[in-house]
Amino acid sequence: MKELKIIVCAKQIPDPEAPFSNVSVNVEKKEVVVDAPDVISPYDENALEVAIRIKEEVGGKITVLSMGRKVSDTVLRKTVAAGADALILLEDPAFERLESRSIAYVLASAIKKIGEYDLILTGRQAGDWDSGQVGLILAELLGIPSVSLARSIKVKDSSVVVEKLVPVGYEVVEAGLPALVTVSNEVGELRYVARTKMMALLKRPMTIPKWGTKHLGLSVEGLKPVQLTELCPPPDMRRECVFIEGASPDEKAGKLATVFKELR
Amino acid sequence: MSEVLILVESKEGSLDKKTFELIRGACVLAKDLGTGASAVVVGDETSALAESVAAYGLNKVYRLEHALLKDFKPDAWVAALEWLCKQIAPKIVLISQAFVGREVGPRLAYRLNTELTTDCTGLRIDPSDKGLIRTKPIYGGNAVAIVKTAGSPQIVTVRKGAFEPAEAGGPKSEVVSMAPPLDDSVIRVKSVKTVEQEVVELDKANVVISGGRGIAEKEDFEVLTALAKALSKSHGRVLIGCSRPVVDKGWMSSDHQVGLTGSMISPDAYVAIGISGAVQHLVGMIRSKKIIAINTDLGCNMFKVADYGVVGDYKEILPALIKKLEE
Repeated sequence: MKELKIIVCAKQIPDPEAPFSNVSVNVEKKEVVVDAPDVISPYDENALEVAIRIKEEVGGKITVLSMGRKVSDTVLRKTVAAGADALILLEDPAFERLESRSIAYVLASAIKKIGEYDLILTGRQAGDWDSGQVGLILAELLGIPSVSLARSIKVKDSSVVVEKLVPVGYEVVEAGLPALVTVSNEVGELRYVARTKMMALLKRPMTIPKWGTKHLGLSVEGLKPVQLTELCPPPDMRRECVFIEGASPDEKAGKLATVFKELR
Repeated sequence: MSEVLILVESKEGSLDKKTFELIRGACVLAKDLGTGASAVVVGDETSALAESVAAYGLNKVYRLEHALLKDFKPDAWVAALEWLCKQIAPKIVLISQAFVGREVGPRLAYRLNTELTTDCTGLRIDPSDKGLIRTKPIYGGNAVAIVKTAGSPQIVTVRKGAFEPAEAGGPKSEVVSMAPPLDDSVIRVKSVKTVEQEVVELDKANVVISGGRGIAEKEDFEVLTALAKALSKSHGRVLIGCSRPVVDKGWMSSDHQVGLTGSMISPDAYVAIGISGAVQHLVGMIRSKKIIAINTDLGCNMFKVADYGVVGDYKEILPALIKKLEE
């Protein structure tokens, strides 16, 4: 069998697990301001983890694609440290806050430029807008089968066998390659990358192609931003917390038991 | 025809609760548009469900029926709905933000050459151009976006709770049979088998006890289970939940997950143990009547949304609490 070519789409976003006290909304600029470092969207990390497991089992080459107005190769190099073989950044001022179809369109153009591929993996949704659309639209654009919400993926000969989440449990489905699968967190977290390994990789010279609209032969007019008419702060979730004090765990537990008894 | 169309979903042969909310939403929007609201039932045998929906005073109920539409096969459902929408040209399409909608929504919208907004918590009609104004929480719930898009139909997936459920009433709807021209070639993903697992229905619990990243070991969930058992003697149905990292570690199946991509619940009491309170988790439990948090970190966000807080180690607090409850 020829070498399996896997493409993982990974989005760089502000850390979605940043405490809500570190997130604010600039109503005038219609911007969410997150006081936390950027990370790879967690579900995309799950997708990369599956890709690496498939590579370990049947061999192959993993190419990570990341797209944005500005993409940081220090954030994205983590994918290479974890086990990806190549990284391509799709970067252009015109890629700012695009709606899902336009994002999928840019990714499809890049994938066509790459040429050969067997399996495309994306996270089930990105941790910023949580739209969950790009992967499925990308498959439609490329005219390939798609499976969503994978909890496990195996490549067998020229097909992919996926356990996908369904409300009653999971469904085993099969599709011929090339195919696209969106990945859920049930597959497990991206393996740990040691800091020393990450630091060494950051120093290593590496060719990271950067493609913009010009390289991809795209017209800027064809790309549509999200039509955001307004951005509001979230409803206030805070409550007045009564802290249960006590000199010992036993004393606290006693008072807590009273709270529970009063709830009835 | 420019009507508002909803996709009907069923559970164990009956109408799903989410569908009643969509019916209400469709009626509200149709009224503002000065048009009618209709529903589509998809399947290989749709008569019984169509009859149930027809009691809700909608204009029409479409029966989109074909042998290939048995169970939920996304390829076939998308193809059938694409065909129907091209036949009847609805102005607005509403689908629930759940298992079916997550998969059908993006693909259907793409094929109809329109733009979908997912997971909307509010919808209204813009009086100036009759467009659909969509309210959508973003950044896990840290901000709320108000979005409009061009394209027809205006299509969205709707979060549970966006509308009050509709009640039966009004004139019986006209039931219209539609036979989509499908053949095997549309099915590109083959279903091998479905494995049913025991799933917990957290939305039916009186009390949910959840553990998060702060739970040190898988075995420690046993003490949460013991607490659930102790509380169930006096507090009704008590179930175990968790936050996403616990599912990532494989300690719990995803039906236990509370939050944006898990269950959104509002029990009488929610007990958060070792959960720091990422906003994606909070949106799933913030409507609980009482929130009790146990955490070692006084500064964590869970305490900011809790009614009661205990700063301490669950390994010490929980066994003592169970003992007190059983006294």
